[in-house]
Amino acid sequence: MSAHSTALDHAHDDHHDHHDHHQTFISKYIFSTDHKMISKQYLITGLIMGIIGIAMSILFRLQLAWPEKSFTVFEIFLGKWAPEGVMDPSIYLSLVTIHGTIMVFFVLTAGLSGTFSNLLIPLQIGARDMASGFLNMVSYWLFFLSAFIMCCSLFVESGPAAAGWTIYPPLSALPNSIPAAGAGMTLWLVSMAIFIASSLLGSLNYVVTVINLRTKGMSMTRLPLTIWAFFVTAIIGIVSFPVLLSAALLLIMDRSFGTSFFLSDIYIGGEVLHNSGGSPVLFEHLFWFLGHPEVYIVLLPALGISSEVIATNSRKPIFGYRAMIASILAIAFLSTIVWGHHMFISGMNPFLGSVFTFTTLLIAIPSAVKAFNYITTLWKGNLQFNPAMLFSIGLVSTFITGGLTGIILGDSTLDINVHDTYFVVAHFHLVMGISALYGLFAGVYHWFPKMFEGKMMSKNLGYVHFWVTAIGSYAVFFPMHFIGMAGLPRRYYSNTAFPYFDDLADVNVLITIAAIVTAAAQLVFLYNFISSIFYGKKGEKNPWKSNTLEWTTEHEHIHGNWVGEIPSVYRWPYDYSKLNEDETDYVIPGQDYVPQTVPLQVNEEEMNH
Amino acid sequence: MTVFLVLIVIILFAVTLWQMSKIYALSKGKSSGDAGEVANEKDNRINAKLMIMFTVFFYFLMFYCFWHYSKFYLPEASSAHGSKYDNLMFISIALIMFVQIITQFLLHFFAYKYKGEKGRRAMFYADNDKLEFIWTIIPVIVLAGLIIYGLFTWSDIMNFDEDEDALVIELYAQRFNWKARYAGEDNTLGNANVRFIEGINQVGIDPSDSDGQDDIVTQELHLPVGRQVVFKLRSQDVLHSAYMPHFRAQMNVVPGMITQFSFTPTVTTEEIRTTDYMQEKMRTIQKIRTEKSKELVAAGEPALDPYDEFDYYLLCNKICGQSHYNMQMKIIVESEEDYEAWIKSQETFKTSIAAQE
Repeated sequence: MSAHSTALDHAHDDHHDHHDHHQTFISKYIFSTDHKMISKQYLITGLIMGIIGIAMSILFRLQLAWPEKSFTVFEIFLGKWAPEGVMDPSIYLSLVTIHGTIMVFFVLTAGLSGTFSNLLIPLQIGARDMASGFLNMVSYWLFFLSAFIMCCSLFVESGPAAAGWTIYPPLSALPNSIPAAGAGMTLWLVSMAIFIASSLLGSLNYVVTVINLRTKGMSMTRLPLTIWAFFVTAIIGIVSFPVLLSAALLLIMDRSFGTSFFLSDIYIGGEVLHNSGGSPVLFEHLFWFLGHPEVYIVLLPALGISSEVIATNSRKPIFGYRAMIASILAIAFLSTIVWGHHMFISGMNPFLGSVFTFTTLLIAIPSAVKAFNYITTLWKGNLQFNPAMLFSIGLVSTFITGGLTGIILGDSTLDINVHDTYFVVAHFHLVMGISALYGLFAGVYHWFPKMFEGKMMSKNLGYVHFWVTAIGSYAVFFPMHFIGMAGLPRRYYSNTAFPYFDDLADVNVLITIAAIVTAAAQLVFLYNFISSIFYGKKGEKNPWKSNTLEWTTEHEHIHGNWVGEIPSVYRWPYDYSKLNEDETDYVIPGQDYVPQTVPLQVNEEEMNH
Repeated sequence: MTVFLVLIVIILFAVTLWQMSKIYALSKGKSSGDAGEVANEKDNRINAKLMIMFTVFFYFLMFYCFWHYSKFYLPEASSAHGSKYDNLMFISIALIMFVQIITQFLLHFFAYKYKGEKGRRAMFYADNDKLEFIWTIIPVIVLAGLIIYGLFTWSDIMNFDEDEDALVIELYAQRFNWKARYAGEDNTLGNANVRFIEGINQVGIDPSDSDGQDDIVTQELHLPVGRQVVFKLRSQDVLHSAYMPHFRAQMNVVPGMITQFSFTPTVTTEEIRTTDYMQEKMRTIQKIRTEKSKELVAAGEPALDPYDEFDYYLLCNKICGQSHYNMQMKIIVESEEDYEAWIKSQETFKTSIAAQE
């Protein structure tokens, strides 16, 4: 199948080369069907959303450190929501809600997987473009539309959605429970429905492309781990996102058409509602059926990127290539049957809790295998500390730290007392937030030359960015475990309403200061990113001396990626520092890497990985 | 409207800057193609050193947090099942910190030790089935142990048998306060539904149900020490969660259904106040509050209320609206006699309805 389509594709190429059709500004930069341009669109939109999301977190961190103090920055950004500069409790809830939504969906799903799946799938498997360039374009523009609607919801008079990013009904269903459950919530739901459509179009495209458009010789076991990660991520997305869509649709019906899917026996605002027979627990099931796989939709691409970056910069093959693939598949499978661990104390049957504890702790096994394999890859390597490499090592570190506390939260018994406390906040920020962001940064530093025609980001600014971020994010999230163990609930506007938590105030100040410093370090990245787009030094065609196919393309972006024929592949992507049969020198003398396009050499032992 | 105008201005300004920079770039001409932004040996050396410094920082941070912040941990559990919970928590934390210390050390140490040098040859080491088998099977065994221990504790806590003298209490959540409904003499809660809410009948007890006549609705939760309590939880509006951290107890409160949780309180309010832990904690908090009050008084504002005595509390732990952060109820654990005296002084549903009419 794959050989057949490549042959067709090759025939088409020769034809294609002769008349290069002219592109207008609109078809090149706006409604582009070229995967490289679409990936840049995803990245830049994702980064802008990231700025909004992180800025929001700084605002509510200020409130948490200095409760009910007046700040001019609140007056500027929150306007009527901060009378005399003091943050209003309802906007606090909106800020945490929208921060979560933006970071999870718009930055770490679309910004990370959207960017790098689009950029790398065709380039690393040796394809001219995605299977459907048009669907790909539609997917981006739907994403843009949903991001735009989400931003619009910030300006709604009754306030943006405020029921938490999990939008549990009845709070999100009853406009007379909080004003923000009115127009703000409607826009949130509309935005997410469009987002899901965008994500599905993208995912279907990724899956079809990986299955059908691999170049000659690119068998599934010769795919770089990045592609495996994107491929499996797309499959999880296809399986789980539609369920969120159904949850959103049912919620829309409950809100607007008087149905009772999630509502029953409610007395609010002095009257009894007619609803009867629905259950909010049903919504929780539907939400987390997406919500938990979503964690891996965010994380797997980051792990894929770090696998590639760590192998390249260690000048060593990734350790246990097949085990890494097996772990990705195992994580993907298990991720769809663990959602109940968010609901141990939701009132569902305790027996279900036992089942979910079992599956949840199982998922620690493939995760542990991955972590050990990364560490072994570093062992006896020749480590090149490019910024991407540092971020990948940072990812492994935060993935371990955050993952280990998952063993506590995944245990239904222990969850009883730390559920919905700051312990949870610390756990998921480290394991999926910070880790996935590190993956995003690693990807940007590593593939920046591929995105911006050979230009490279400044490594020194990259170092500053990494070290401040690495220290800062641990300083934010490690102490947070301890205030969680003290029983401090999350999503509290202020912890001073009663005196018991007064002694935790200092820790909150420390966390906020660390958060501000860490956020400031991201400005260094932004400066580096923007200035490198324009003034970045042009590097070599293959600056990191990498084996994968994308580095065989020219600096200049052309539609179709390769000028002549698509290169064929003869080996797996991790032949770094492989020696010849006599062990006198590398396979290619003087060069410690063997690109995938190089056929088996005379003096080389063939290995099956 | 002004916000949109400002946004448009900002966007246009950004576009202008972008165009200007493009012109500047065109005028500058192409820079030469050296690989200046790839890490060289000097970068590797510096970053390897930073890696060691970072490791020191990270271990120091972990140590500091455990040393200074572990005093924030909740005191020993005040419920019968709580000691099992605390045990499991201690084992789990010890285990994960053990793994954390070792793996983080290896990760950062390898990063330091194998920093790139000219002439160093990385070892081509693609797989080793034995190693991979070992580090798959070890987590399997350890996790199996944890799962089994955890599940036994879980089923002990959740699938409780109701003792004969167990006290049945309904916890009733409404935005933004809690009520408790005691079952009264017959120890059976009367039927209730939001549709019965009217006037003084704030929790919607069915007036026609004889079981409900002796029910007692209170604003405080009094529990007799050493007697099993079975909580039936009911919400009248949105999701809430009844969180009683000192008893290692939490259960969501879901409108439209009755959820339940049970524990046996073992430490009275009087007793916990006299523990070293609580005395120390109260001293710290009082010190913080007096200092804050001084500042407030100096600024012409009223001082903070003093906080002399610790009381157990029940918090709302599921986002429920604006005042979610202040939705709480006092819990008092006392001797059986004190409890009986208190409950006798409370009004039953029947008398409160009669008094109203």
